[in-house]
Amino acid sequence: MRLLEQGALSTSWASVSQPFLERVSSTIIRFVRTTLTIAELEARKLRHDPTELLTRAVQPALWLLVFGQVFTQTRAIPTGDLRYIDFMAPGILAQSILFIAIFHGISIIWERDLGIVHKFLVSPTPRAALVLGKALSASVRGLSQAILVYTLALLLHVKISWSPLALIGVLITIILEAAIFSSFSLIVACLVKTRERFMGIGQMLTMPLFFASNAIYPVSLMPGWLQAISHVNPLTYEVDALRALMLVGGTSAYGIGSDLGVLLAVTVLLVILGGRLYPTVVI
Amino acid sequence: MPGDDAMHNSIVQTQGLTRCFGPLRAVDAITLTVEAGEVFGLVGPNGAGKTTMIKMLTTLLPPTAGKASVAGFDIVRQAANVRRCIGYVPQVLSADGTLTGYENLLIFAKLYDIPRSEREQRVRDALAFMGLSDAADKLVRNYSGGMIRRLEIAQSMLHHPMILFLDEPTIGLDPLARKVVWEHIERLRADYGVTIFLTTHYMDEADSLCNRVAIMHLGKVVALGTPAELKVSIGNPDATLDEVFTHYTGDILESGGSYRETSRTRRTVYKLG
Repeated sequence: MRLLEQGALSTSWASVSQPFLERVSSTIIRFVRTTLTIAELEARKLRHDPTELLTRAVQPALWLLVFGQVFTQTRAIPTGDLRYIDFMAPGILAQSILFIAIFHGISIIWERDLGIVHKFLVSPTPRAALVLGKALSASVRGLSQAILVYTLALLLHVKISWSPLALIGVLITIILEAAIFSSFSLIVACLVKTRERFMGIGQMLTMPLFFASNAIYPVSLMPGWLQAISHVNPLTYEVDALRALMLVGGTSAYGIGSDLGVLLAVTVLLVILGGRLYPTVVI
Repeated sequence: MPGDDAMHNSIVQTQGLTRCFGPLRAVDAITLTVEAGEVFGLVGPNGAGKTTMIKMLTTLLPPTAGKASVAGFDIVRQAANVRRCIGYVPQVLSADGTLTGYENLLIFAKLYDIPRSEREQRVRDALAFMGLSDAADKLVRNYSGGMIRRLEIAQSMLHHPMILFLDEPTIGLDPLARKVVWEHIERLRADYGVTIFLTTHYMDEADSLCNRVAIMHLGKVVALGTPAELKVSIGNPDATLDEVFTHYTGDILESGGSYRETSRTRRTVYKLG
């Protein structure tokens, strides 16, 4: 009798919660899969025409080779135990990814003017997966910048940490950065809707984001108001984490854990917001 | 519930479907039904509200008022279900020129959850069906306008939808390419039994492709029936659909079409040509 009851109980448990669990897990699997499909789409485009990656290489090279070398000589900026070129190399990596990602959102205006966005929106793909997929494609472009900056840093005798754990940490950090600023730019694109306005806003944002961060000078040198801004700028946490992960003897001001926590939280927030706004781009 | 049953009999059913943009009633309280298996044409000049109508039915645009169901699902409350049942080819260019034809289809096969084991075959079949096998591995930016349209239709058919929405499928194509697209649309219906809902402002297209035609003017349906019925309704069975159209919409063919819309249409035409 008791056995029977148990049997009945377990079948009812199975019939109620199994489909629920299955539904949740299949939703998650589907989300991940469609996200990767969108990222794959972008990677395939890049493979057909990789010139973009080459032109993108010019700016970080200038910063490191010209600006970096000159300021290392002058020793004008106090960077503790680090040489200035060591100090700024992670900053320039973060900056080059910022510059790629912040204009990434314009692609959805292009794709809206064609009908490509319409087709994606009519498919059953979750909206947030469309945004995250795009964000990951910005990360792929970011990785190419990382390879370039690492190469230049090697030539400039920056003390790079080659431990596998550090490299994985750098990888995760730049994926998050690219995801943050590309989703942010996608949100801007959804709001302003035209290329002209988007370019204006993109131009207006890049330099302030860069200067209000610890990329090329420590936060402690900033006036109070700028310090306050730098603390709400995700780029600051990005550079802080990179500086600790990328360099031998590099240290983090806020702790790598909290840096990554902040970056992850901002990514999730922006992807959700982007997913909400994405459909409005065709209206 | 009899209301529910009625909704399920027809593949598309709208009741007082309305969409406003500011003071403009782009679609003004349209009630119509489309039966499974037919080719239904929405005709009207630019700016009549055809694209707005299609955007609402494909869940891209929420209606301001009224309701509609597609394949038995409410377009607002059950949008995700609607999306699984439909295919859509927008008026504007929607194939990605920087990818090959094969890649364009492969990505959508993945987005529509076509199992890995079937994917390759499904994509190859769709390309073959649309006569694009030889061009499969070429970048789409090197395709002709007619080939792009056929590719887009192939893309929208991959998951075997119950209903296909084609917004101005032959806009900007030369007469020969248009004929090829028409033949493929007819074969799609014959081979797959898919319902086709298309918009066009070419009357000859509506006449030769559609089982039933709704004439749209300033957001309203002003006439609806088979091409033959519409001709009889104006008292001249030998009339062209052009004459029927003029009869119902007045002589003012020059209406609507904002700057933005015109620029988009021209760009599409330019890219397809």
